[in-house]
Amino acid sequence: MIKKFFLVAVIFLFYTCSSSSDDSPEKKKEDSFDREAVLVNVADNIIIPALEDLSQKLVALKTNKDAFIATPDQTNLDALRSSWLSAYEVWQHVEMFNIGKAEEILYSFQMNIYPVSITDVEANIDSGSYDLTHVNNNDAVGFPAVDYLLYGVAADDAAILVKYEDVKYKNYLSDVVNQMDALTDEVINDWTTSYRDTFISSTSNTASSAYNKLVNDFIFYYEKGLRANKVGTPAGNFSANPLPDRVEAFYNNEVSKTLTLEALTAAENFFNGNAYNSSSTGESYVTHLKSLDNSALESLINTQFSGAREKINELENSFSNQINTDNTKMTQAYDALQLNVVSLKVDMLQAFNVSVDYVDADGD
Amino acid sequence: MFFTENMKLNYSKYLEKKASGASLAVFRIGFGIMMCISIIRFWSKGWIDTLYVSPTFHFKYFGFEWVKALGTYTYVLFLICGFSAFLVALGYKYRIAIIVFFLSFTYIELIDKSTYLNHYYFVSIASFLMIFLPANAYFSIDAVKRKKEYLYVPKWTIDAIKLLLGIVYFYAGLAKINSDWLFKAMPLKIWLPSKYDIPVLGTTLMQENWFHYAMSWSGMIYDLCIPFLLLCKKTRNIAFVLVVVFHLFTRILFPIGMFPYIMIVGSIIFFDASLHQKIIDFVSRTFNPFKRKWDLVTRKQTAVKPVKKLAFYTVVVFFAIQLLFPWRYLAYPGELFWTEEGYRFSWRVMLMEKMGVANFKIVDAKTNKFFYVDNSDFLTPLQEKQMSFQPDFILEYAHFLGNHFKKQGHKNIQVFVDSYVALNGRLSQPFIDKSVNLYQEKESFKHKKWIVPFNDEIKGL
Repeated sequence: MIKKFFLVAVIFLFYTCSSSSDDSPEKKKEDSFDREAVLVNVADNIIIPALEDLSQKLVALKTNKDAFIATPDQTNLDALRSSWLSAYEVWQHVEMFNIGKAEEILYSFQMNIYPVSITDVEANIDSGSYDLTHVNNNDAVGFPAVDYLLYGVAADDAAILVKYEDVKYKNYLSDVVNQMDALTDEVINDWTTSYRDTFISSTSNTASSAYNKLVNDFIFYYEKGLRANKVGTPAGNFSANPLPDRVEAFYNNEVSKTLTLEALTAAENFFNGNAYNSSSTGESYVTHLKSLDNSALESLINTQFSGAREKINELENSFSNQINTDNTKMTQAYDALQLNVVSLKVDMLQAFNVSVDYVDADGD
Repeated sequence: MFFTENMKLNYSKYLEKKASGASLAVFRIGFGIMMCISIIRFWSKGWIDTLYVSPTFHFKYFGFEWVKALGTYTYVLFLICGFSAFLVALGYKYRIAIIVFFLSFTYIELIDKSTYLNHYYFVSIASFLMIFLPANAYFSIDAVKRKKEYLYVPKWTIDAIKLLLGIVYFYAGLAKINSDWLFKAMPLKIWLPSKYDIPVLGTTLMQENWFHYAMSWSGMIYDLCIPFLLLCKKTRNIAFVLVVVFHLFTRILFPIGMFPYIMIVGSIIFFDASLHQKIIDFVSRTFNPFKRKWDLVTRKQTAVKPVKKLAFYTVVVFFAIQLLFPWRYLAYPGELFWTEEGYRFSWRVMLMEKMGVANFKIVDAKTNKFFYVDNSDFLTPLQEKQMSFQPDFILEYAHFLGNHFKKQGHKNIQVFVDSYVALNGRLSQPFIDKSVNLYQEKESFKHKKWIVPFNDEIKGL
C-alpha cells in the first residue's frame, strides 16, 4: 500500500515536470538571467585584459629593475619607481579576482599584503636564502616590499642608492620583482589556456560555482581589501588609535589616495560591466539587477560609489598625512564606503539569492 | 444542565475509548528511527564540531543561559541522544529512553539558538508528549520482557499525536495569511528563481511569475487543509499523496535536511489501525531470523493499557500551551517579521528572506574614542548571519563584546551598533537605533524599544 503511494507520488511529480512547458503565456523577461554572459564579459573584457596589462607593466618593472641593479643611480631609481607605481595601479584592477589559479596559489597574498614587515625583509636580505612563496614571507614580498625597498630602506635617495651597492639588496629586489612577474604569468596562462572555459560555464547556484564565488569575492574585496585595508584600518576604525603607518604604499607616502581611487574605479567598473581597456559595457550585476526589476538598487549602489569617490577626493594624496592632520575626513570616507557594504552584502545578495559559501547547516 | 451532563458523559466516554496499540507502536518505531538517522547524519556532516564544539561563544535562549556546550563531551551527548532514540524504536525501557532522548535533544538545542529550526522544536515537543503516551504497549521489547502485550491503548493517546501534527500544519498555514506571502509571493519570488539549476523545472516553472503565486497560495491552502483531509477517511489517501509530494518538493528546493521525511513518516499515524498492523507484521517478518511472525509474547491483553490520569492532564495542559503560545506576538507592538518578538516556536516556516549587517562600535564614554569590531573574530559565519537580523541576538552579542573588552582593560565602555536589514526583497533599512548604548539595555520579554520601526506594512496574521 505504501509502495503504491510512492508510485503515485513519483508519477505526480513527473506530471508536474512535463506539463510545464506548453501553457506559459509570455516568455520575455521571465526566462532565467543569462549568468554565463556576465562571466564571459568579466573574463574577456575585465579580468584577462587587466592581467595582461599587469603582466606588461611588470615586464617593464623587471627591465627597469635590471637597469637599476646594473647601474644604481638616481635616473634608474626614478624610472624603476615610476614603473612600480604604474604596475601597482593596474594591480588594483586584479586583486579582487581571487578565483581559479589566483586562489589556488594565494596570488594576492604574495602580491599585496601590507604593512610590509621590515624585520622579515631585512632578515631575508641579511641571510640571503629565503622561500618567497612561504606564507611567513607574505608580508615581505610583492608591491609593499618593493615600496619599502625603493623608498624606505634609507632616509633619503642618496642613502638609498648607497644601499644598493650591496649585492644582497640587489638580489632581494630582483628576486621579489621576478617573483611577482612569474606569479602573474602563472595566473594569466591558466586563464588563457584552460580556466576561462571552466569559469564561464560555472553558473550553477552552488557554493562552489564561479558565479557565486565571484559575487562573494567581489563583496569580500570591497569590504576588506578596499574599505578596511585602505581606509578603515589606518584611520583607526578597528583599533583604539589611528594607525597611519598601515596605509598602502606607506614608504612612498604620496600615492595611497591614487591607489584607493583606482581600486574604487575597478570595483565600479566590475559592478557596471565596463571593459578594462575600452569604453564598452557588457553584461554585469547591473543588468542582472535590472532583469530582476531592481533598478532602484542598481542606481543606489552607483550613487553610493560616487559619494565615496567624492569623500576620497577630499583627502590628501598621502593618507598618513591626512590621518595625522585631520582624521575625521578619513573616517568620513570610510563611512561613505561603508554604505555600499550594506547595499552589496545585504540587498544585492538577497536579490541574487546566491548560496553563500560559508554557511553549512540545515535551514527551516 | 442537560448539555453539561451530556458533555461530561461524552468526555468520560471519550477517555474510555480504545484504539489499536499498533498505531502508537508504528509512530514510536518511525520516530525513533528517524531521530537515530538524524543524529548520525548530523554527526557525519561534522556539524557537532562546527556548530557546538569549536565556536567560543554561543547565543543563549533567555532563561537558559546555564546551558553550556560540553566541549568534546558534546559528542557523548549526541551519542546518548542517538542511542536513546534507538531504544525508543526498539521499545526497550521505553519510558526512560524517551525521557533521556527528550532531555538530551532539548539540551543540544538549547546550547545555541543560532541553530534554531522549527523542526528541531517539533522534535523536542513531540518527544516530550511521547513521555506520557504508552507507546511501548505493543510490539516492543518491554512487552516481551514483562510477558504482557497490550493490544489496545486509550484512543486519546493516538489523537494527541494527530493533534500535534495538525497544529504544526494548521498554524504554519495561518502564518502564511499575510500580504507578503499572498499578494507579493514573497519570499518564494526570491527563492524559486534561484533554483535555476534544477533539471527541466529550473529554467521554466521556477522562473514564472504565476508559479510563484500558485505556490504561495497552494502552500497556504495545503497547510490549512491537510490535517482535516488526513483525518477524513474519504480524503485520507489523496491527502497522504499530497503530503509526500509536497514534502519531497520542498526537499528538492530547500536545504531542510530530515524534516520532510519526519513529517511523511509522522503522517502515517492518520491511517487506520489495520494498516499499522500490516506495517508491524511486515517489520516483524523482515527482522525475524526464522521469517515467521514475531510472536514472542503469548499473553495478549485485550484490556486497554492503563494510563495514569496525571498523564492525561499533563497532555491537556501541554496542548493548551501549544495552542496559545504562537499568539503571544499579539502582545508586542510593531511588525512581527521585523522585530521577531514572538516569532520562534510558532510554526512560522519559510516565511521570510531576511538578511542584515551589523557593525558594532565600542566607545569609551569619557574620551569618545571608538573602534569597530570584526565580527568574524568572535562568531562563526552561521552565528554572524543569524545575529545580524535578530534583535535578541544583537543585544546578547553587544553584552558579550562589552564584557570582553572590559576584561581586556578598556574603560567606560559603550556598545553601539550600526545595522541594516532587508526583508522580503525590500531595500535594506536601519534596524537598531544606533544612538542606543546596548551595553546598558537588558534582555527581557518586554518590547525592545531600540528597534527602529519597520517603515512598511505587512497585513495579516
